[in-house]
Amino acid sequence: MKTYEQINDRIASGKAVVLTADEIMDYVDKKGLAAAAEEVDVVTTATFGPMCSSGCVLNFGHSKPKIRMSEAWVQDVGVYTGLAAVDVYLGATQLRHGDPANMYHPGEFRYGGGHVIEDLVAGKSLQLFALSYGTDCYPLREIRTWFTINDLNQAIMLNPRNCYQNYNVAVNDSDKTIYTYMGTLEPRRKNANYCSAGQLSPLLNDPFYETIGIGTRVWLAGAHGHVYAEGTQHAGAEERTPDGVPTGGAGTLALTADMKHMDPEFVRGVSLRGYGVSLALGVGIPIPILNETVLKRTCVRDRDILAPVVDYGHEYPQKTGKIVTRVSYAQLRTGEIEIEGAKITVGSMSSYHKALKIANLLADEIRRGDFLLSRPLAYLPKDTAMKSLIKKEEPK
Amino acid sequence: MSDTVTQKLMLFFPRCECEKPIIYHLVKDYDLIVNVYRAKVTPEEEGYLVLDVTGAETDIARAIAFVRTFNVTVNTTGKGVIRDDHRCTHCGACVGHCPTGALHIKDPATRQVVYNEAECIECLKCIKVCPYNACASTF
Repeated sequence: MKTYEQINDRIASGKAVVLTADEIMDYVDKKGLAAAAEEVDVVTTATFGPMCSSGCVLNFGHSKPKIRMSEAWVQDVGVYTGLAAVDVYLGATQLRHGDPANMYHPGEFRYGGGHVIEDLVAGKSLQLFALSYGTDCYPLREIRTWFTINDLNQAIMLNPRNCYQNYNVAVNDSDKTIYTYMGTLEPRRKNANYCSAGQLSPLLNDPFYETIGIGTRVWLAGAHGHVYAEGTQHAGAEERTPDGVPTGGAGTLALTADMKHMDPEFVRGVSLRGYGVSLALGVGIPIPILNETVLKRTCVRDRDILAPVVDYGHEYPQKTGKIVTRVSYAQLRTGEIEIEGAKITVGSMSSYHKALKIANLLADEIRRGDFLLSRPLAYLPKDTAMKSLIKKEEPK
Repeated sequence: MSDTVTQKLMLFFPRCECEKPIIYHLVKDYDLIVNVYRAKVTPEEEGYLVLDVTGAETDIARAIAFVRTFNVTVNTTGKGVIRDDHRCTHCGACVGHCPTGALHIKDPATRQVVYNEAECIECLKCIKVCPYNACASTF
């Protein structure tokens, strides 16, 4: 048994024993659970992939004379201005003004909100264009100017949903190619795409949210940030295996961090042909090894984690809830799965390679004493299920 | 007879050389087996032809010299599809679509996506499916 304070003391003195979630299983197999739980202080988890429900709050400071922006665009990508005068929210999936979208199907979606966020973090000069109706206190009606992240008062990433605990494997059982947020899917189940870091993924290493909760300090694209809420669509009540591994989406996290401290390698605009734009992010979350149970959960392996295979040609869009079967991440990572006697080529939307790099970067920061752990201020719910949108008649 | 080798060639045609039956001569006069990957040879425009030629090394060298007499630029370094290593995140969205395994995961431990250019048949699918715009065609 260890406390957060004891673990942080060891980190601060540069003596913490830190392993990644990719290394811990073999270590525990070798040392035994009890001895390893005494010895290991932290296990680092990580993921890198498209996380559509991401965005950022920007504050531009005031122009002279002042403007209360009522419509605004950064690099021709519309931002939300329903906040104070020069605060805006830039969303990852916002298309650039004039993008033909899917008018000429499948659209290319070369540039959008995610790409603006990538360029901002990379320190590029970006164009702001804003309009206003003008008020007595904010008379300016229009402004066009250029800025970099250093010119902003704040650039705070504020993501309503990141780090899905588990995710679907997408296939296409229809007879034409489809273009989805899970990539291009060839007809008649020719290929499959998954999107999870599996055994390295944060919430799969803490399936009952015992250490990752609201207030947990996280590594978000190189910056030190926090979990500020449960993520949208968080559904802790998802069906689980006896070891607690959810067999569907389940938990999600809402994350925030200061973009001025982010590394552009882990903030990447995404173009999904025929679907739209998004933002890929790298997230690392440390798990304090408080006791044997916490350690045991971090020893989850790809072979123990099952993901539902879902037909995105019909069942997903029509919300039938049907799944084809379940497959393990160990099977998916071989590059081929077999379903009903047919071999299916497998691709991935999530980069295990980058996730591994993040888990190691975070482990190094903790070993150096540069990253302390925080106890959750509140825990994530385990009993909530996902609600549906019901089309109703107007209430009388 | 000397051993046969296979070499990838990229031919760039100026506007005026589009109507010469170059492939015919490669087969007929230099005894080469040709396998065309990509071609765009349009009258009144510049054009390109990407192909593998298989034959004796000396015959390939003579054939290249012959092609050059038509003012055709011959590129033997063979990079029709390039991958920007800096933009690639090694997610693996391409590996399920690459028909020859030119883009593949070599080491299951690091899961880095490796691009073996020699295996590429220039189907260009990777360019369409890459979410990070890491793959591009040189023409």
